[in-house]
Amino acid sequence: MSAAVSVENLRIEIAATGTPVVSDVSFAIAPGEILGLVGESGSGKTTVGLALLGHARRGLRIAGGSVLLGDRDVLTQDEEERRKLRGSAVSYVPQDPASSLNPALRIGLQLREVLDAHDSGGARDYSARIAEMMRAVALPDDRAFLKRYPHELSGGQQQRIGLAMAFANRPRLIVLDEPTTGLDVTTQAHVLSTVRELAALHDVAALYVSHDLAVVAALARRVAVMYAGRVVELGPADAMFASAGHPYTRRLIGAIPRLTGGRSLVGIPGRALSPGKRPGGCGFAPRCDLRIGQCEQEMPELRPIDTDHMVRCIRAELVMTQDPGKAGEPVEMPAADDAEVPALRITDLVASYGRHEVVHSVSLALAARECLALVGESGSGKTTIARAVAGLHHAWTGAIALDGAELHPSARNRGGDARRRIQYIFQNPYGSLNPRRTVGQIVAQPLKIFGTAGGREADKRVAEMLERVSLSSGYARRYPDQLSGGERQRVAIARALVCDPTVLICDEVTSALDVSVQAAIVELLGSLQRDLGLSMLFITHNLPLVRSIAQRVAVLSQGRIVEAGEVGQVLAHPSQPYTRQLLSDTPSLETASTDVSLDEPPAETFGK
Amino acid sequence: MSAVKGAGEVGGGITAPAESPVPFRNSSLIFRALRLWRTRIGAALVGALVLLAIIGPYVAPYGPSVPVGEPNSTPGGNAVLGTDYLGQDVLSRFLYGGRGILVMAVIATAIGLIVGVAIGLVAAYARNALDDVLMRGMDVIMAFPQIMLALVAVAVVGPQAWVIVVAIALTTVPRIARVARGAAQPVVERDFIACSEAMGVPRWRILFGELLPNTLGPLMVEASLRMTYSIGVIAALAFLGLAPDPNGANWGTMIQQNQIALSVQPWGAVMPIIAIALLTMGTGLIGDGIARTAAGIDRSRSAE
Amino acid sequence: MRRLTSGGVPGFVARRLLLGIVVLVMVSIVVFAATQALPGDPAQAILGRSATPASLAALRRQLHLDQPVLEQYWSWLSGLLRGNLGSSLAAQEPVTTLLGPKLVNSAVLVAVSAVVSIPLSVAIGCWAALKREKIFDSVSSILLLALAALPEFVVAVVLVILLATIVFHVLPAISTIPPGSQPWDNIPALILPCLTLVIAVAPYVARIMRASMIEVLESDYVEMARLKGLPERTVLLRHALPNALGPVFQVIALNLAYLAGGIVVVEYVFNYSGIGSALQDAVVNHDLPVVQALAMLIAAVYVVLNLLADVATIMVTPKLRTRL
Repeated sequence: MSAAVSVENLRIEIAATGTPVVSDVSFAIAPGEILGLVGESGSGKTTVGLALLGHARRGLRIAGGSVLLGDRDVLTQDEEERRKLRGSAVSYVPQDPASSLNPALRIGLQLREVLDAHDSGGARDYSARIAEMMRAVALPDDRAFLKRYPHELSGGQQQRIGLAMAFANRPRLIVLDEPTTGLDVTTQAHVLSTVRELAALHDVAALYVSHDLAVVAALARRVAVMYAGRVVELGPADAMFASAGHPYTRRLIGAIPRLTGGRSLVGIPGRALSPGKRPGGCGFAPRCDLRIGQCEQEMPELRPIDTDHMVRCIRAELVMTQDPGKAGEPVEMPAADDAEVPALRITDLVASYGRHEVVHSVSLALAARECLALVGESGSGKTTIARAVAGLHHAWTGAIALDGAELHPSARNRGGDARRRIQYIFQNPYGSLNPRRTVGQIVAQPLKIFGTAGGREADKRVAEMLERVSLSSGYARRYPDQLSGGERQRVAIARALVCDPTVLICDEVTSALDVSVQAAIVELLGSLQRDLGLSMLFITHNLPLVRSIAQRVAVLSQGRIVEAGEVGQVLAHPSQPYTRQLLSDTPSLETASTDVSLDEPPAETFGK
Repeated sequence: MSAVKGAGEVGGGITAPAESPVPFRNSSLIFRALRLWRTRIGAALVGALVLLAIIGPYVAPYGPSVPVGEPNSTPGGNAVLGTDYLGQDVLSRFLYGGRGILVMAVIATAIGLIVGVAIGLVAAYARNALDDVLMRGMDVIMAFPQIMLALVAVAVVGPQAWVIVVAIALTTVPRIARVARGAAQPVVERDFIACSEAMGVPRWRILFGELLPNTLGPLMVEASLRMTYSIGVIAALAFLGLAPDPNGANWGTMIQQNQIALSVQPWGAVMPIIAIALLTMGTGLIGDGIARTAAGIDRSRSAE
Repeated sequence: MRRLTSGGVPGFVARRLLLGIVVLVMVSIVVFAATQALPGDPAQAILGRSATPASLAALRRQLHLDQPVLEQYWSWLSGLLRGNLGSSLAAQEPVTTLLGPKLVNSAVLVAVSAVVSIPLSVAIGCWAALKREKIFDSVSSILLLALAALPEFVVAVVLVILLATIVFHVLPAISTIPPGSQPWDNIPALILPCLTLVIAVAPYVARIMRASMIEVLESDYVEMARLKGLPERTVLLRHALPNALGPVFQVIALNLAYLAGGIVVVEYVFNYSGIGSALQDAVVNHDLPVVQALAMLIAAVYVVLNLLADVATIMVTPKLRTRL
């Protein structure tokens, strides 16, 4: 069976300098097959995806290699030929559906134009075909719906339009670029199943680009892992997840939060280097704990170690025999004391935005030295609750008490002590640090505001805190622009902890980070929480992550708590339908290979 | 960063660059802008003309109102650049002619800048009724083209220096306020501001300590644009015969006075034309240089 | 009232109109305060030092300066609304008859300049964005920057030097319109004033257009349109241009309003008989009624232009429409 698409030695460089961004990438996809392309930010995966359409973003240039669609090489075609291929022989489903749809055009028109552009028969009536397309992606097929503008659709609906447009002309190959980023778990599950169905139905080959291994595992039979612009491992998904051949893949798998098995996550030290700064020799060597001298001298070849399983590592055989590492060890959680006054007690909290009530009478207690996870999808109200506790959201009624003392809705009206004892870490590492201040000034700010320490004493505390979050004290002189996302979150953590708070609120602090970085940050937070005896409110939409850090969990849906209890209990034996649905919709490596229906998962999948 | 998102969306889709790019030192915007050719040329032009305007009176061969020859005579004899319509030395009048315009323009722009920035930042941070009220007020003043308000004021009180300065400062305020507000609004939404609020930092401190430094780029661009217009309007007023001292040496007045004799003795009008043209182009280039540098920084910060 | 708070586009227009009226009322207060409530004696300023007490008293009566300020304001405002703009002090005739034909002249000038400059600047801006960083873009960028910075009177005088008096002699240096004739009777005379106004406004609009177009061309949805395999023409005309124009409407309105100030200088240089030169005359002569009338007129023009720009922006941006 000939491949639907065959990529050979693809090389993409920065146009101005010739610095390679992607090199030596080769793979093939059969018709009807889904190949997962996995990598973290900077690995070059999106660039590869776009190259399959013969497209390079501004500033980049496709410098070599071939992309064979059937017998035609996309890269040797001229611009007009390539235009004809795009949307008809090969299509693209973008990452952000909201910004990829023209805000000024009705969606009916945007659907029609992809049919029109590739129709050699002249203007025809496309209504029937459009209606069919809409039904295929489970969207309403009536004209009223087609008259809507993109902003009148939800994120999930927008993404389905993207899918409809991609499948419209029955292409040979579809490139999906992280199409479920930004969608909540349930919507994501639906979108993924739609992709699977349509690909099988029309015998379309698909390249699924993602940073989320769990999602890829659920969808693809074969996976290619990219690091620093190269494919480092390529093979069948189950074989790879059971026992990976490349150290990076192995570490990546160890960093993924799980619903079963061990709780602790292991991150990868260091960070990926950008094009131009990559070392000679193996790209992963600087961060690899199995490296030997030879690794740094020459780039390993992508070689087969098993049928259909290729690895770019000279020590692949050794890697496969390795123990997955500490991922199996359960984490010791200190016992929470019931007799003590809870660090935080929320009673009948009702919060609104304008006239719209978003939190309906929520009551919670956070015990001292305990980590409570607040889990929910967007719109569930979890961030609103967190901001109310911090005094950032003022429109609420009810009571929030810190160590028994009630708090004023607005942070400004609370005493200095109350403000000091509740600290907040934000989701977006790129917005939570003042770009005009040095790291040292940022971390020292709370000390100045609360008068805890000054001058030399302050400098000492800052240096101590930076060490605590695994940043060398030299970081104090740097500016946020020079730091990576993970490093910035560490600075945010240092800032939050420098004044000895009692309660730490973490609001989706790892959602914007790569998986390996997320693992490191979560481990850091977990160890700090235990060592310092902090009470922590950990907010996330990522259920498996909860296992790695929290003792208790409260599940929120549409402003109400639907279920709460000890983490192990809730995840293993959820009592509410909503929780069960959430669990089964969450993609995970364990459930990927077993065929799980959308009902209650088998109990033995979740052990303690 | 609103906490309420549409159903089906989560996380806000924030992408993380693999490695942070371009190191950005504090207050280096001007220095980085000076690396561009256009900024350098602009700075050189402005510098030269400002120097000319300040030192001019000290090196002029004659006083500004001293007759040295026949009216409208061509260069030669006493007058290196010839004489103007009254027989006064063109070169001397030219050297005296920049000060008035520049001083008034600088003061007017500075006042407009300070008041406008304050109003714009307060409006952006307030995000409520105060914002609306302030901006409506700005709209009222914006309903006048700059030169119009100056004309109306001069119509009543006469072309006195303080009137002109106040009129231009007043019309500069809303334009700067609008830009300041526009630049501050996205910054206000960012989490580090919320963080300071949660810690209880006083409002004025947030405004001027955290908000202002992060809006400097667009503000500097607008400031140089405003300077360009201030110079233009003041010179235009002089051209229309409305300079504080109608007979004193003033580039704008000189153009008006000597344009009739252009075919006979061009220098009386051409010199001040060149001076004003180079000065305004210089400030324009500086502003553009800063704008490009700021855009370049933004672009590399969000690259890949 | 409920229709005003929601009610889609008509409700929006109604709200904006109301707001515009409020702004105009406040403007009238400012104008009135500036001209008649300032410290100092307007009568003295008008008649000068050599005025006799009797003539000063007579003028004050004529200007109603002996009445309380609020009454003065009210009589002026109500007169304004009835179409009575007062009498010119210099010409001793009603302001309306004095300004009527001049208004037409100025309107023609501004209209022609707008009709020429707007499409021109939009075209230049788009082209520069499409050929970004290439020769056309770099050259036009510097040129537009230089032209945008120059004050209009400098541009006017230089144009006169270049095209009318010194270098070439192809166009008239003066564009007087004899009373009774229309501006379009003497087309060559219109060219230089219009050209000056076009040069005053086009560069700024062109640069904003370029910036907006570049941003749109780099947007995700334009990239997506290309990845769908749409012909480049469709991408540009259907996807890029409409979204790029949205932010530009307000700038266009702002610049047309700016023209209202620009005509003062331009009409002076070319001796063009319009409201700009009338204003300049009135200022020199302290002819307050004329000054007040013209100030209100220009403010009204600005408010209307802004309203039109807002409506146009709304029409091009569906997202804003559905929120109404």
